[in-house]
Amino acid sequence: MATEHAEHALTPSQYISHHLSFNAQSVGNGSFWTLHIDTLIMSVILGFLVMGFVWWVARGATAGIPTKRQAFIELVFGFVDDQVKNIFHGNRHSFIAPTALTVFLWVFAMNAMDFLPVDIFAKLMHAIGLDTWRAVPTSDINTTFALALSVWILMIFFSIKVKGFGGWIHELFYSPFGTKIWVLPLNFLFNLIEYVSKPLSHSLRLFGNMYAGEVIFLLLGMWAATGLSGTIFGSILGAGWSIFHILIVALQAFIFMMLTVVYLAMAHESH
Amino acid sequence: MNINFTLIAQAIAFAVLIWFTVKFVWPPLLKAIETRQKEIADGLAAAQEGKSALEVAAKKSEATLNEAKQKASEIIGQAEKRATQIVEEAKGNAKAEGDRIITGAKAEIDQEVNRAKEGLRAQVSALAIAGAEKILRKEIDGKAHSEMLSKLAAEL
Repeated sequence: MATEHAEHALTPSQYISHHLSFNAQSVGNGSFWTLHIDTLIMSVILGFLVMGFVWWVARGATAGIPTKRQAFIELVFGFVDDQVKNIFHGNRHSFIAPTALTVFLWVFAMNAMDFLPVDIFAKLMHAIGLDTWRAVPTSDINTTFALALSVWILMIFFSIKVKGFGGWIHELFYSPFGTKIWVLPLNFLFNLIEYVSKPLSHSLRLFGNMYAGEVIFLLLGMWAATGLSGTIFGSILGAGWSIFHILIVALQAFIFMMLTVVYLAMAHESH
Repeated sequence: MNINFTLIAQAIAFAVLIWFTVKFVWPPLLKAIETRQKEIADGLAAAQEGKSALEVAAKKSEATLNEAKQKASEIIGQAEKRATQIVEEAKGNAKAEGDRIITGAKAEIDQEVNRAKEGLRAQVSALAIAGAEKILRKEIDGKAHSEMLSKLAAEL
């Protein structure tokens, strides 16, 4: 990337591609063995900050009169718990509800990195010697796909755990259209498509939203660099988009959590 | 849009976060909330119990109050009766005492009258004898006539 130039010397496409390139480090031979250091560090820091905060509050949680901090955490807890309770009718406290809380808070925190002003953040990272650094882990397809794929594996795991391996295979061939011999391939095809589409839609929905949000911030930032009127309108529209993005950030985190819960709940149901 | 090793790293991070939440975050929060819910439920139940107990106590106190009132009025009635009785008794006693005093006085008066009569009788007979002596002087035997006059005086 053309990072040696000053920002204003970049062409628009260079500016955008600079902002959208990862801090990739090779960890082996071949293109697969690369690691996006920025994505990984941001997500891990956010994950442990958020869950660590919740843990810190939970550790001192009292059954008596809660502090405001505890009340806030309990609000989130109750919200997630209610959602899970409506969808999943098993022992949700042992795994699914905590997982939903993790997904919701972590994805929310990662999405919220979109609020960081792109150029100021880039300059800051540049100042400490990191030329390319993407702040939003969820606008990296690897993050969303990792989450979706983990959920997918959990889904298959719970399916087999609840129904047994035979039951799972049986379900692959005998639902949803019935047990007639000529619909079995159709059933299998249907289930195959479902198993492929679930993680894809799950991950791409979040990725697409966050990526598009980031690109729009970049376009507005670029516009702001074109002159006084561009600065004024770019700022106003940037503020508007930020405000709208609050909704998207929360909504996408919520949707991702809900789909996680729905997929895991479906895995528990026999057909 | 390049899938690479980051995927696996993120999946591991996700797994660690889930494990952390399942193990350390969710249980204490759940415990705190459920304990509080139970406490609130217990408190509400206790309040309900207290309310009904209060109602029972209020009823009981009212009943006791009524009983006390009834008893008090009974006692007052008895006292009034007794008072009337005492007054009646006193009246009776006073009347008897008065009667006794009156009877005594009457007896004394009768006695006095009799005594006066006796005296008068003696004086009258003496006066009669003296008068007769003065009228008759010598012809009359004092002894024989005084006997006759005594008889006369007794007949008065």
